[in-house]
Amino acid sequence: MRKLVNAFLAIFVISFLLILLVNYLNKSEGYSGGNTITVYNWGDYIDPELLDRFEEETGMKVIYETFDSNEAMMTKIQQGGTFYDVAVPSEYAIEKMKEEGQLLKVDHSKIPNLKNIDERFLDLPFDPGNEYSVPYFWGTVGIVYNPKLLDGMEFHSWNDLWNEELKNEILLVDGAREVIGFGLNSLHYSLNETDNDKLQEAKEKLVALQPNIKAIVGDEIKMLMVNEEASVGVVWSGDAADMMWENENLDYVVPEEGSNLWFDNMVIPKTAKNVEGAHKFINFMLDAEVAAQNTDYVGYSTPNREAMKLLPEETISDERFYPSPELTERLEVYENLGKKMLAYYNDLYLEFKMHRK
Amino acid sequence: MKVRGRNIFLIPYMLWIIIFVISPILLVVYYSFLDLDGNFTLSNYQTFFTPVYLKMTLNSFWYAFLITAFSLLIAYPTAYLLTKTKYKQLWLLLIILPSWINLLLKAYAFLGIFGTYGFANAMLEVFGIGKKQILFTDFSFIFVSVYIFIPFMILPIFNAIDKLNPSLIDASRDLGSSAWMTFRRVVFPLTIDGVKSGCQVVFIPALSLFMLTRLIAGNRVITLGTAVEQHFLVTQNWGMGATIAVFLIIIMVLIMFLTGNRKRGVL
Repeated sequence: MRKLVNAFLAIFVISFLLILLVNYLNKSEGYSGGNTITVYNWGDYIDPELLDRFEEETGMKVIYETFDSNEAMMTKIQQGGTFYDVAVPSEYAIEKMKEEGQLLKVDHSKIPNLKNIDERFLDLPFDPGNEYSVPYFWGTVGIVYNPKLLDGMEFHSWNDLWNEELKNEILLVDGAREVIGFGLNSLHYSLNETDNDKLQEAKEKLVALQPNIKAIVGDEIKMLMVNEEASVGVVWSGDAADMMWENENLDYVVPEEGSNLWFDNMVIPKTAKNVEGAHKFINFMLDAEVAAQNTDYVGYSTPNREAMKLLPEETISDERFYPSPELTERLEVYENLGKKMLAYYNDLYLEFKMHRK
Repeated sequence: MKVRGRNIFLIPYMLWIIIFVISPILLVVYYSFLDLDGNFTLSNYQTFFTPVYLKMTLNSFWYAFLITAFSLLIAYPTAYLLTKTKYKQLWLLLIILPSWINLLLKAYAFLGIFGTYGFANAMLEVFGIGKKQILFTDFSFIFVSVYIFIPFMILPIFNAIDKLNPSLIDASRDLGSSAWMTFRRVVFPLTIDGVKSGCQVVFIPALSLFMLTRLIAGNRVITLGTAVEQHFLVTQNWGMGATIAVFLIIIMVLIMFLTGNRKRGVL
């Protein structure tokens, strides 16, 4: 018994000393109240050099944390106990967080660099007047494929996926809206379809795709495509850019029927501790030169008009990532369909997944 | 006075049970009666008895059964041989060692090993069988699951066999029964408790596996665990997720009850 008590005491004392040490280290490195800003972003979604530069320019310290889905991020912010000053949700998540009152308004007078953003990406339906959010990156959903493994086969339409030669070759990203979405797109329906018959039709069509599907995976899809584990994948444009950078055989296309257009915007959660710093950070990220460097690193498409002028011609004229105006017209933004509809999408998606080839 | 003194020592234990065992279960049951808008409803339970979820339940059972059966098939002889080795504690340690490594890391390692250009396919080529798709099949799913669960099956069986009095085996052989007969009538019945607890620790978590179904089986295998994950993280339909969890809890209690150590007569 005595030994046990001693052991526990020892653990307590050690933990206490460690806490003191951490406190001391934080202070000596400048991580003290009011001088830090906590950024909550998607994994691998910023050039780390820029964080250093921001620290140098402002004397603030950046605490950087990452998430891997809008839902996980929202749950964490909603539950409280976190002090994120800046977060980067996608458009439908912004709409939802706004409705639930989890966001602070953005003070435009503190973000002069907002003028650098292309008007096309401002004042969108999910956040009229950009009261709560500022554009960070945008992109599409499309098909990434490996012509080397497919004898030069090319993709133009979603319906090309149903080709019988592609048996067991397709990887899908594990997202209900993405998968049901391209099912709808292939039938020339809207991505935000709420009509039961049309949704059922899309599900049936997807079930017919099952023999061609190799697997439905998460972030591993990048690794699997790069390693040529499969020859076709349905992915987000930025992931495609990453893959193409690592494996030059790959190519990406936004199918002609249209596809999803999504935005990731910077917001200030209600739980923010350093609102002033958050504005400074957002303004910094919108700086033309900073945004250009970041775009170069991340590979997604930038909404920053001034930054585009600094990027190499081959990047911005690449229609795969900066689609032509005619194609852009066929791209659709996800609307917040409400919990009921989203649950229905997920039920359909689950039914689709349950079907085995 | 004395009794009250003892009760004080019970308080931390009771608090622990209430906060970390009873209240979470009550919360799960409570949420299972809520629909998307937070109103009271029984519809989640109705949904559960639709073909989609019933099929999923059967699937989960079938895979959990296969995983448990293969684990047992490999673990029993291994545990038996282990008790016969000289440095059994060392061997046991070596077998348990992999369970110290994070499950995700192991799963990712298998992605590499089972891949088209991975080690397993390279070996198949060497033996002239040629490349096969291993990843994203039932085989790879069950193989990796068995690999992950096997230490949990070996441990209780090993303990049971190790405790077995060797003179009982000698007696059985002296009285003229064959090696097989000895195993069937003496060794196995006396170690059945180890087998039971081994099966429990494997079957129950296997029923709600979810990471492996995506990583190794590429969502070709859909279990109740996958559905729970999706309902909580993606749909945010906590009610339906909780309903599935309630059924999992009920099933687990049933299994514990059925395989539990009830007092029985002479074997």
